[in-house]
Amino acid sequence: MTPILELSEVTKSFGAVTVADAQSWSLAPGEALGVLGPNGAGKTSMFNLVTGTLSADGGTIRYDGHDITNWSAARRCRAGIARSFQVPQPFSGMTVFENTLVAATQGANLSGAQADALCLEVLDRTGLLGRANTLAGGLTLLDRKRLELARALCARPKVLLLDEIAGGLTENECKSLIETIKQIRETGVSIVWIEHVVHALLAVVDRLIVIDFGKLIAQGAPDEIMQSQEVREIYLGIEGDA
Amino acid sequence: MSSQMSKSLYVTRVSRASSVAMVVGALIALTLIAAPWWAGRAEMRLMAEIFLYISLASLWNLLAGYAGLVSVGQQAYVGLGGYALFGLTMLGGVPPVPAIAVTGVLGALIAMPVALLIFRLRGAYFAIGTWVVAEVFRLTAAQISALGGGSGTSLSPAIIKSLADGRDAREALTYWLALGLCLVVIGAVVVFLRSRAGLALTAIRDNELASKSLGINIWRTKFFVYVITGGLTALTGALISLQKIRISPDAAFSTNDWTAFVIFIVVIGGIGTIEGPIIGTLIFFALRQTLADLGTIYLIILGALAIGIMLRAPKGLWGLVRERFGIELFPLSRRVRGQDD
Repeated sequence: MTPILELSEVTKSFGAVTVADAQSWSLAPGEALGVLGPNGAGKTSMFNLVTGTLSADGGTIRYDGHDITNWSAARRCRAGIARSFQVPQPFSGMTVFENTLVAATQGANLSGAQADALCLEVLDRTGLLGRANTLAGGLTLLDRKRLELARALCARPKVLLLDEIAGGLTENECKSLIETIKQIRETGVSIVWIEHVVHALLAVVDRLIVIDFGKLIAQGAPDEIMQSQEVREIYLGIEGDA
Repeated sequence: MSSQMSKSLYVTRVSRASSVAMVVGALIALTLIAAPWWAGRAEMRLMAEIFLYISLASLWNLLAGYAGLVSVGQQAYVGLGGYALFGLTMLGGVPPVPAIAVTGVLGALIAMPVALLIFRLRGAYFAIGTWVVAEVFRLTAAQISALGGGSGTSLSPAIIKSLADGRDAREALTYWLALGLCLVVIGAVVVFLRSRAGLALTAIRDNELASKSLGINIWRTKFFVYVITGGLTALTGALISLQKIRISPDAAFSTNDWTAFVIFIVVIGGIGTIEGPIIGTLIFFALRQTLADLGTIYLIILGALAIGIMLRAPKGLWGLVRERFGIELFPLSRRVRGQDD
């Protein structure tokens, strides 16, 4: 099957620091891929490269049959790549509803009643409908994270990139998030999920990749990866909690 | 909440405050339109000046408060509009009113290459770049000997008389043009911010990183705003010079009059809101009418007030009101309501 997203030898450095070291991996349509790696490994930088907020020094990124390496971030989103941010980036002076409407009108290119209906439906699904009229700047951290997910969904993505969206959630909230992400998968959306809450990740993903110092050090089935000595070392102490 | 509930909801922008404000606003507009029948010449001149400052402040607010383009060189377009009006009427023989419309188009056209140049600069460098452009415009105007070079020139009596028959009619026309422009600028800003492009611009105001990640073409949105703002600022400049009848490079491209005071107005009124520039202009003129006789001390008071507001209320006076009472006079925000609300 042709991958929907494919990175080939993608490289990015800031001076002496390499955040992506000839990374190559792919994502199949409808697949859920988990990303593991210690803090500072280059996971979020990899998302920035895929979404276009960072430009690669070398290598190619292909999406849905197109070479998107030189596409702008906005064009990539309109083509179907949406993300959530690890540190929430709300439009603080706009309401929760308006935050999602930006994604629906710009990312998904909807207008009028169609855009309104999508936003209301997504807010309902992500548990934010009751806060639709609240200014995003006044939300709690949990609700800001929910808003990140809601906004990305309103762009109607084919590929959804989730960046540590379960961090800081209670067990029940985490279960609810897992259910939501499973439902998103059922709609055919491909997912790449960076997460330190490993049990949440394992409940959803088909495959794992592990990144360290910007380099892809392992990839494969979740069971196989979690048994790997290298990954155990990286996650020493965290594995026990998972 | 169930998905059934999301289907029973609807989205509206009308609130009680905005409904009341629209009725009151319409009554005020009608009263102002009728001013030539109830106000004296001096009051009409003052009100026209207020309308032109509201226009300038609303446009600068759109540029800096929404698009994040902190220009300190908008006097470039005020002066350009003024010189274009004088050139078209005195040298080109175009009647004044059509010439005013042409200045707007000219301002927008010239803003395009300027934008291509200064959009390469970021932050403080962008601000400095806009100032440099304004200085280039001023120095260029000073080279036009047909319009008086460095000392400037006055509109000929024949052109002034061609505006309308009789002094009262001319005063009324210049007043209505200023009021009309003010209403058009506020209306255009409201219509734009209510549109899809306006939603994108508001998103850019709040967070550029998230904006581009959600499909917004930031460069194109800012370019559009800069060009439209340039055109309407030139139009305002044309009306300012028509009101003054005289033009000179130093007055037409004055940084103090057309940028420093405008920034003061927007800062004290409330940057990033439509109401802020209107309230700021009224406060500015109230201060000017009562304190201007103090000379330099008046300017020191303005500066101290601006610094005080920036420190204590960074969102300006309207920002304070909005935070405290949640009021919005112009129906911009979309609210989700239940069918039973």
